Amino acid sequence: MEVIYKKPESLKDEVTTYCPGCGHGIIHRLIGEVIDELEIREKTIGVAPVGCAVLAYNFFNFDVTESAHGRAPAVATGIKRLLPDRIVFTYQGDGDLAAIGTGEIIHAAARGENITVIFVNNAVYGMTKGQMAPTTLPGMKTTTTIEGRNIKIHGYPLKVCELLSQIDGVFYLERTAIDSVQSIIKTKSAIKKAFQNQIENKGFSLIEILSPCPVNWKMTPVQSLNYIKEVMSKYFVPGVYKNKGGE
Amino acid sequence: MKKYLLTGCEAGAEASIHAGCKFYAGYPITPQNRFPEYMSKRLPEEGGVFIQAESEISAINMVFGASVCGFRALTSSSSPGISLKQEGISYLCGCELPAVIINMNRGGPGLGDVTPSQSDYFQATRGGGHGDYRTIVYAPWTVQELYDLTYLAFDISDKYRNPVLILADGIIAQMMESIKFKRRKKRLPEKKWALTGCKGREPNSIKSLFLTPGVLERHNWRLYKKYQKIEAKEVKYEEYFCQDAEFLIVSFGTCARISYESVKILRKKGKKIGLFRPITLWPFPYKQLEKTMGKMKKIFVIEMNLGQMIDDVKIVNRKNLPIYFYGRPGGGVPTSEEISRFIQLYLVGERR
Ligand SMILES: Cc1ncc(C[n+]2csc(CCOP(=O)(O)OP(=O)(O)O)c2C)c(N)n1
Repeated sequence: MEVIYKKPESLKDEVTTYCPGCGHGIIHRLIGEVIDELEIREKTIGVAPVGCAVLAYNFFNFDVTESAHGRAPAVATGIKRLLPDRIVFTYQGDGDLAAIGTGEIIHAAARGENITVIFVNNAVYGMTKGQMAPTTLPGMKTTTTIEGRNIKIHGYPLKVCELLSQIDGVFYLERTAIDSVQSIIKTKSAIKKAFQNQIENKGFSLIEILSPCPVNWKMTPVQSLNYIKEVMSKYFVPGVYKNKGGE
Repeated sequence: MKKYLLTGCEAGAEASIHAGCKFYAGYPITPQNRFPEYMSKRLPEEGGVFIQAESEISAINMVFGASVCGFRALTSSSSPGISLKQEGISYLCGCELPAVIINMNRGGPGLGDVTPSQSDYFQATRGGGHGDYRTIVYAPWTVQELYDLTYLAFDISDKYRNPVLILADGIIAQMMESIKFKRRKKRLPEKKWALTGCKGREPNSIKSLFLTPGVLERHNWRLYKKYQKIEAKEVKYEEYFCQDAEFLIVSFGTCARISYESVKILRKKGKKIGLFRPITLWPFPYKQLEKTMGKMKKIFVIEMNLGQMIDDVKIVNRKNLPIYFYGRPGGGVPTSEEISRFIQLYLVGERR
């Protein structure tokens, strides 16, 4: 019998620590598939964030380092500059990348570091159990905005792709979602593009992925997917925000 | 042997290059701006990487990345910048990554000023970051010693997989002295733990998070054993005129250098005084100091702060000797006459 579907070699055979319906597992798998397909597993170095994905080294079957909260782009810079022929990526949540680590991501982008950034936007702080994130939508309820995010008090969400698109050092920016099979396939090709860019020495690529967090959104997994489609995607509109390579 | 006239910053930079350092990240701050300026030119010439980071937080994390993949890496700064690096230093300790961090101490707290100080002794020796950790701390008193200790720091840091701090100050940073270079390091230790891509081996990971109950406690005990080994093996100190001394100055770094002159002044006046100079502030030379103090009648602690190292001197003062403190905080630098005058006040009534 022919095996037509199996675990990528880039993923370990591990029991998941993610909650039911969480998007991190899907995104891990997409990264694993892409790294297998590009045959770069043995030269990839991942930088894990502080957030739910801090345990990424338990799941990825290649070299992975932890980094302090928000500092992954600085850590990746150190690695990539010294090992320019290795493939270096960061995997970061919205609190990690767009709140505490805003300085690090903006300046890694401005320097045009030849790295790949996988930015998982789930609109909340998952690991600390559901506080407001810089990407929490107006009106969205979290444990620190129990009446819903009030822009008069809590300010506006940060649109990371739009923000970074103004930076000359950025080569590629795309926002995708994982709320349907179609969008998951699209996300995979975006991730692949971001890694390919690095292999071809094109420079800084970031893929923002709208991802469900049912437990902290207090929704079922199916409701979460609908929420991404109906609400989140309206505020954080999917699309290619920058492509210096044209097309 | 050829000699070179260099500032402390330049000497520290050359020492790191000679020790095989291939990565520097930093952020400008007086009085150590010459450090990144010099490195920005020299390191690329040597095939290394220089990055001017957007902050000291980013700089220490770039160094973290460089260390993760097995390279010798350095950052330098001065007090406010070193405060920002504390998170990174804690992570380096937790992850057991080598790195060398140079602090050209200036006056604080807050923005303070840009003049030399020894006010970061507590931060350096007690750990300014979170968690139960230790960093090895060297306190040079000349430009040559800054060179020598920086050169050594890379080996010690690799040996123990632990960051090493150099605590100097604005005087040593900016003063020019003629120094001798050491041989360039050619063969560096192999680092099997480094992340280089998992070709031909199982994947490596670097981490400081241990969620399984009991595992972090074991990790801490393991670190403790390492720290004990460092305490047993890496203590450095020097004694001057202690053979026949009845009175002892304890002082480190620049302040020890000034105190050394005070000892000479007092010796000329027939006072039997000596100087004890810790070179490693951690591990502190407790045993050695206790032994030397055993022969003394009075102790004088001289620092460019309001009294920090004095706590370590008190720890070994089992005989309850009188300890007199003279300190100049906030960028104040004592003269040797000033110190000897202070000491003489307390030697009144002593024979000789
Ligand atoms: C310096 C610091 N501040 C705060 C925390 C606590 N903390 C851990 S994860 C996290 C937020 C993570 O949220 P996000 O980046 O959105 O990732 P997610 O968990 O949602 O995947 C916070 C605040 C920390 N570990 N370190």
